[in-house]
Amino acid sequence: MSRPKTPYVAPEERAVPDLDSGKYLVMWQGPNHPGITGNMSLRLVIEGDSVVDCETHVGYLHRGFEKLMERRLWMQNFPLVCRIAVPEPDFNEYCYAAALEELAGIEVPDKAVWLRTLSLEMIRLASFLMWIGGQAGAFGHGTIAQWSVTMRDYVLDLFEELSGGRIYHMYIIPGGVRADVPPGFLRHVLETMTVVEQNLKDIELVMFHNAVMKMRAVGLGYIPPDWVDRYGITGPNARAAGFKRDLRKDRGYLAYPRLSFEPVVGAESDAFERARLRLAEMFQGIDLIRQIVDFLPSEGPFRERLPNPLHWKIPAGETYVAAECTRGEYGFYVVSDGGDKPRRVAVRGPSYTHAVSVMERLVRGVNIADVAGLMVSLHTYPPEIER
Amino acid sequence: MDIKDIIAPFAVWKRAFEKPFTVRKPIDERPGAPRYRGFHINDADTCVGCGTCESICMNKAIDLVPVEGRSPSGGDSGLRPRVDYGRCCWCALCVDICPSGSLGMSNEYLWIDSDPEVFRYVPGVDPKPWDGAELGYRRAEGYRLLDMERVPMPELSHAEGVKSFLELVKGYSREQAEREADRCVACGVCVASCPAHMDIPGYINAVRGGDLETGLRLLYETNPFPEACGRICTRACESACAIGSGGDPVAIRWLKRYIADQVELADYGKSLPRAESATGRKVAVVGAGPGGLSAAYYLALLGHKVTVFEKDEAPGGMLRYGIPEYRLPYPALDKDVDYIRSLGVEIRHGATVGKDPALAKLREDFDAVYLSTGLPSAYRLDVPGDEHPRVLDGVAVLAAATRGEELGLGRRVAVVGGGNVAMDAARTALRRGCEVDIVYRRRQVDMPADPEEIREAKAEGARLIERAIPLRVEDSGDGGARFVWNEAEMVQKEPGKRPVPEPIPGAVVTERYDSIIAAIGQGPELSYITEADGVEVRRMKPVTDRTGRTSVPTVFAGGDLVNEKKDAISAIADGHRAARAIDRILGGRGD
Repeated sequence: MSRPKTPYVAPEERAVPDLDSGKYLVMWQGPNHPGITGNMSLRLVIEGDSVVDCETHVGYLHRGFEKLMERRLWMQNFPLVCRIAVPEPDFNEYCYAAALEELAGIEVPDKAVWLRTLSLEMIRLASFLMWIGGQAGAFGHGTIAQWSVTMRDYVLDLFEELSGGRIYHMYIIPGGVRADVPPGFLRHVLETMTVVEQNLKDIELVMFHNAVMKMRAVGLGYIPPDWVDRYGITGPNARAAGFKRDLRKDRGYLAYPRLSFEPVVGAESDAFERARLRLAEMFQGIDLIRQIVDFLPSEGPFRERLPNPLHWKIPAGETYVAAECTRGEYGFYVVSDGGDKPRRVAVRGPSYTHAVSVMERLVRGVNIADVAGLMVSLHTYPPEIER
Repeated sequence: MDIKDIIAPFAVWKRAFEKPFTVRKPIDERPGAPRYRGFHINDADTCVGCGTCESICMNKAIDLVPVEGRSPSGGDSGLRPRVDYGRCCWCALCVDICPSGSLGMSNEYLWIDSDPEVFRYVPGVDPKPWDGAELGYRRAEGYRLLDMERVPMPELSHAEGVKSFLELVKGYSREQAEREADRCVACGVCVASCPAHMDIPGYINAVRGGDLETGLRLLYETNPFPEACGRICTRACESACAIGSGGDPVAIRWLKRYIADQVELADYGKSLPRAESATGRKVAVVGAGPGGLSAAYYLALLGHKVTVFEKDEAPGGMLRYGIPEYRLPYPALDKDVDYIRSLGVEIRHGATVGKDPALAKLREDFDAVYLSTGLPSAYRLDVPGDEHPRVLDGVAVLAAATRGEELGLGRRVAVVGGGNVAMDAARTALRRGCEVDIVYRRRQVDMPADPEEIREAKAEGARLIERAIPLRVEDSGDGGARFVWNEAEMVQKEPGKRPVPEPIPGAVVTERYDSIIAAIGQGPELSYITEADGVEVRRMKPVTDRTGRTSVPTVFAGGDLVNEKKDAISAIADGHRAARAIDRILGGRGD
């Protein structure tokens, strides 16, 4: 399947359809729809098979996390933040912990740095495994979802072993991590990586050398490079448009400067390219996990002693800490007024841009059957839109 | 279109011959990982019910509730945590912070019931199948949210300390005090164990926040002797401290001292309450010890005119004459007393009640009388020869040391007894250059003295002779005395009771000493209470009710004279309680 010479660019102007004309149909996709990847909905205006206009509706999942955090002690927020982006709790934990450590001037032990990196890379893989199931499913390949979700479960088994929790790990705590690796854990990690890698090869074969997938995904949801900065597009969506941007390289946090990897960059910037790029990042993630297992120090403390969490006050100040999550730049802006609770916390989730403004525009002119595939190709998690 | 793109997907078919990832039937019960954060478990006997789990829980899923068969006792609130699984988020911060380490989580995660009420239970009390589970989340080795080690107190070395009467404990700096105060979890278990029920979490919080004026005000709400108690209190609070259930208890006593040390006497008035307007009522207090002066302080605050009658030439009672300077320097004691005096309390020195004036006269001249005369008379050794001139009375030796008199103890000194007076006498003798043996009838662990005192006495060079039952004192003919004792062994006579020393036949030891200091306890001096006063005395104690009132409605008594605990803080608490009761009979509200 070859790409058209001039890819279709969704129009910037929003159409104003005359809904009384009888030509159009208003259709809601979501809030319960597998193609939405969470609780939000799209109000689509369609003409025949094509989407004329789209309005995104959020608010089904608002839990007020940012406000709740202002009422809780610094340490009490640590079990709260992981719930902001359910499939990827660890990035919340890391950003929150790193922001506090920066404000309070705490140095994290080296072992904790490695364990945090391991935890983030493992959840990146788990999150991508869930995504690829959704992506395949949206284009009609239900079987792949069954394989990949099983693989994700194997990774969650590792998290259960390491942290005691499968979904909410609550492992990265301000000051370090909560425990060292249990005996035999690193061996289990390597064994699981072998199994996942084998399965990914199968998935690659079946999904990316597939006429149906190519017919439906190639050319779908083209993001022109000039949108990237305009819309604040980050992560694989930006890299697929040819931008070599990866916070792991650009900001060099945690142990990433000590790992050898190059950001995967694409060019075509359509749904197929984004999927291909994410698959490459999954293989890269497996390689990173193997490197981390190699480098992980066997000795040393895993947490820096902090003041009593019941009275811990953090000097007044503000900071923004960001990390490269599977979907792009994930950041925590934390303000302290010198008290025992945050004055303000604002969470920057990449899905806010990708699922609201980018999605609204990209979907114009798209066939109704491809809306779900398009949404999944942006890899968005509605929970993080609503903090 | 590449032909490969059409053929490749058929590769899926190879999977049809592989073992499936999921097994439909039967459903395997998969145990949680060894670290799994499942349902809570709690060792109810190790748990002290401090409620730190409740404080850290961000979902308010934990409530401390009374449980059957447990009542509050020193260091145990009698409450146990109840977990509400409708709120719990399984973060296990409660497990991480638990000071005693009693709380954990099992790896059990399946629990099905149609009654929603059952998902709220008290782990370790309400029996559950996962009680005592080996696996499940526990706090990792080397990981603690709380600091279990006390900030070390700067002290004189033992070699340096024994050379003089300089105060050994130097006191915390601001940074040290705030760091130590930070360890407190403000559970309040200590408050219940303090005889005066001081607001300990409150003043520790004040130290932490650097608000010493509030700290001082909280101290004086229940205790007008913060300088003295900050040094010599028997600190039941620290034995009760929840942090002590898993590490060093918070240095509550030293934090109290820190507050009092940091605020100048001239600034006390800024934060402490002023006396209410004069009521015109007069109260007499007999004895200017901590109990008497404490009653005087609170009575003066309530506007009554207080006169304290004291036989000695300086105020403070046992704090001054019984406790050596190296533990409680006189300027610190004077600071406490001076503030009490500044409220208009008059202290008449050299006034021995019973001789001049008589108790009857006090009852006539004053609206109420508070007796706080303590235990001034030392018990005798009660062995043949104990009237020998070289057998001295421990309390008298300490009082003489306070007065700066020459003690004339000689070179070798035996101190008989195992209480704080014995340790003080021994360490005073050491400072006067004597060689000291502490002779005690039981073992070191049985000694009623503060373990710290025993340790320090030994470190300063005192030799401890345990299990020695005094037999007699003989004259050595060279100006000294021979002390004869029988070595003993500890015999468990009745199960559940503490073992008693039984003499080993024939194991008699004789040692020559220049002085033998008897410090085996003291008794009251009650000769000033005559029959005509009508104060009922039973077993050498005035009979009192809960408020300290004796059989005569206007006469109250407290402190060592009636209180079994025989320490300064109990006397202070008695004084405060009696002051409120006296205020009530004088027409006040008693607060």
